[in-house]
Amino acid sequence: MIEAVALLAGLAALTGAALLMTATLLRSTADDAAVEQVNRLLPQSQCAQCGYPGCRPYAAAIVRGAAPINRCAPGGDETIADLARLLQREPVALDATYGTHQPAQVALIDEALCIGCARCLEACPVDAIVGAPRFMHTILAAQCTGCELCIAPCPVDCIGLDPRGAAA
Amino acid sequence: MKQPLAYDRQPPRPAWGVRVESNKAMSTAQSIVIAPLPAQVQLPLDLGPERQAEPLVAPGDSVHTGQPVAHLAATVGNTICASISGRVTGIRPCAIPGPGQRIARCIVIDSDGQDSRYADCTPAGDPSHLEPDRLRELIARAGIVGLGGAVFPTAEKLGGTQAVELLILNGAECEPYISCDEMLMRERAERVIDGARIMLLALGCEQAVIAVESDMPAARLALREVLDTEGDPRIDIAEVTAKYPAGGERQLVELLTGREVPAGGLPRDVGMVCQNVATAAAISDLIRAGRPLISRVVTVTGGGVANPINVEVRLGAPLADLVAAAGGYTTTGCNLVMGGPMMGVALVGDQLPVTEATNCLLVAAPGELSDPQPEFPCIRCAECSSVCPARLLPQELLLACDGNNPDQLDNLHLDACIECGCCDYVCPSHILLTPRFTQAKARQHAYRERQRQARLARQRSEARNARLAAADRQYADGPTPDEASAALAALLTRVDDQGGGRDGD
Repeated sequence: MIEAVALLAGLAALTGAALLMTATLLRSTADDAAVEQVNRLLPQSQCAQCGYPGCRPYAAAIVRGAAPINRCAPGGDETIADLARLLQREPVALDATYGTHQPAQVALIDEALCIGCARCLEACPVDAIVGAPRFMHTILAAQCTGCELCIAPCPVDCIGLDPRGAAA
Repeated sequence: MKQPLAYDRQPPRPAWGVRVESNKAMSTAQSIVIAPLPAQVQLPLDLGPERQAEPLVAPGDSVHTGQPVAHLAATVGNTICASISGRVTGIRPCAIPGPGQRIARCIVIDSDGQDSRYADCTPAGDPSHLEPDRLRELIARAGIVGLGGAVFPTAEKLGGTQAVELLILNGAECEPYISCDEMLMRERAERVIDGARIMLLALGCEQAVIAVESDMPAARLALREVLDTEGDPRIDIAEVTAKYPAGGERQLVELLTGREVPAGGLPRDVGMVCQNVATAAAISDLIRAGRPLISRVVTVTGGGVANPINVEVRLGAPLADLVAAAGGYTTTGCNLVMGGPMMGVALVGDQLPVTEATNCLLVAAPGELSDPQPEFPCIRCAECSSVCPARLLPQELLLACDGNNPDQLDNLHLDACIECGCCDYVCPSHILLTPRFTQAKARQHAYRERQRQARLARQRSEARNARLAAADRQYADGPTPDEASAALAALLTRVDDQGGGRDGD
């Protein structure tokens, strides 16, 4: 009698554990897929204006429910509309505390002033700056996302922003 | 031997499309007239997106008729030739015909009235002695582009590596009012057929078919007569039902051969090349007479001109010259349209230059074209789907456009819309679908570009993160400071032992 009870209890516990594991596993893959889908809609400037260190962390925060969808300043209303459609929410206005939406821009180094400190190279999240210590740096305009992250580290303030298209 | 490609000489009436009042008779009563030399021409350098020609002349230069004045550094290097002789008075932005108010840099030439010929404009001789590459080079240098309206460089279309089984000469001018190709086939059939032969040589192809519409018997007879006297078994005539838009490139290929041009592809992908009959005549003029592309035949028609007519006019001449050749305006307040009433674009005035794409100037008297009527909601009658020549679902597309849903628009193949306007024509609720589709296409394009940029930025960012992580790992897995100093000491001892001589020893 006692063996039967123990056996059944054991089986139940085992099944329960297996179910729990499967559920966790499935959930995390589903979450990953959701993060991927959200991330795909973000502009990938990696500018961190949203308060997260890049587009994917922000996407993960949106999926977790930790962040609203209106913090991406480079994406602006269009990205918010895309996110709202994907997540089936109402579109909301951009949260102005996380920056304002501007037309696409591109960073430009004033090459006469550049001292070759290489600090902007480390700051660029998309490897769009070419240079080496004590050599002049230059920005690959086609690759620049205009995230502004290179501007603060520059000790001689030689990096400016131009509207995209004007430089060409 | 390879079986020649089968095509239907009298294809059945298509299920799609609309029958529209053709209104061609008013402009086909008289032969083509040659317009007087214009006093000034404006030749646009802007030939479409990413196709900007570079001028070869400077203001003040004098040029001769047919002299290359600009060069397009595209794959084949098309040129733009001066259409009159005279002096270049400027290279400046001018309004050109096109959707909206287009402004493009133009070379402006003031005529000297001489029409003196450029010295290099000489006949090339017997085309059968010329290599296909040489033919294409000549065609590119003469600035010949597709005269059906798309102005695609002809040399580029005749090049390429895919084998061509059939050359289709498009004389199926399906849009109402326009009759320039019909008149050209009626009066210059031998040049059209000669051009077809030259194109066959350039393509290395053995079979051509000239497509005419069922309502242009005179053109068919003229072509048949030339073929009968000259006898060329490679060239044939097919007659398609006069139904709009049977003359669309994709529609014509499908009607004649039953092969469908893949979405986003070209007729080339199914072994065919489609050229306009006027382009063929231009090639004949070039090879036989040494005449580059300096003029084209334009239909000037509509209730707003006294004497509707087909005019051969120099490229770059003001549209007002065409109106003058057609006897001038009959009333005030006419609507000017470049092209026909279905796909044409409204123009802001008659001071714009004639371009290669100007096949027709429709001067519509007030009330001649139907005014836009108030739109009613879609009643989902699906009339639009039954007439769509691209077999799309316009009503579903309309919903997706209004909802601005990019993925949905892709799923419904917005890209395949040829903007023929059939859906607008039949809509009982008077909804103007085509303008919405045109705008949506531009939005789609911008959206795709944004997506592409984001994908590339993301790849670079991910590569950078992976690189930094690898560097961190290497640092973490490396020797501890103690191990490092021990290794350094060992190295220095070894160098000492070998008498390598450190500094200071």
